Amino acid sequence: MNVILDPAMLADALAGGVLIGAAAAGLLLINGRIAGISGILSGGTRPGGAGWQWAFLAGLLVAGAGAALAGLPVPHALSGQSLPLLAVAGGLVGFGTKLGNGCTSGHGVCGLARLSPRSLVAVLVFMAVAGVTVFIRRHVP
Amino acid sequence: MRALTAFGFGLLFGLGLLLSGMTDPDRVKAFLDVAGAWNPALALVMGGAIAVALPAFAFARRNSHSLLGEAIDLPAKRQIDAPLVIGAAIFGLGWGLAGICPGPALVLAGHAAPGALVFVAALLIGTRLAERLPTR
Repeated sequence: MNVILDPAMLADALAGGVLIGAAAAGLLLINGRIAGISGILSGGTRPGGAGWQWAFLAGLLVAGAGAALAGLPVPHALSGQSLPLLAVAGGLVGFGTKLGNGCTSGHGVCGLARLSPRSLVAVLVFMAVAGVTVFIRRHVP
Repeated sequence: MRALTAFGFGLLFGLGLLLSGMTDPDRVKAFLDVAGAWNPALALVMGGAIAVALPAFAFARRNSHSLLGEAIDLPAKRQIDAPLVIGAAIFGLGWGLAGICPGPALVLAGHAAPGALVFVAALLIGTRLAERLPTR
């Protein structure tokens, strides 16, 4: 194992995390809702989805549209992946987050900030499985 | 008003994801790849976000209503059960394959990245399938 420590990358990660935390705190303190994106997406796209759910999702989409307008490229690591693989991965993410009641935001940020034992278990499991998945694809011939 | 603030927090969340590197599958996989050239930067995303969100959740534990008088809606489930663990494992498999989770996928869909649009469409189908499971 060797570790890459890039100060600029670390600073961006921390600053981005602070913005994400501020958004989650704001949605909770003002709207009274948990910023769990898989839950907001599945709730909002059901019949009778709430306006605040659509608005939050629109905010995420507009952030991406703004990045496009600012001339930021789509990461090569996304555009270089095959669409069938992304479709399979997306299906697994949708199925798994519905069954497990949350994703990186709902369990990883909000659940851990809420000191939820369920979320701690979920985070340990999805991190471990994601790590093993990357390990197998990169290091197992 | 509710929708306006929710939009603002969604936008802020999305900007945080963009800045943090969570929307770059390479960076995500470099974080998950402990055995390779490990890049621990993304641990700071979760760490920073949790540190900022902790006081808000402490408030939510003591109060039933938000600052605007909205009822605070917290998950009621306490039990660590099989659906939680199996669901988290399936999610981890998908996240490890693609290197994007739902938030970054939506941001990249707003960027009109074809791969992200396919990913989000499949995500919605997977969600609807899971809702049809007899145990739910």
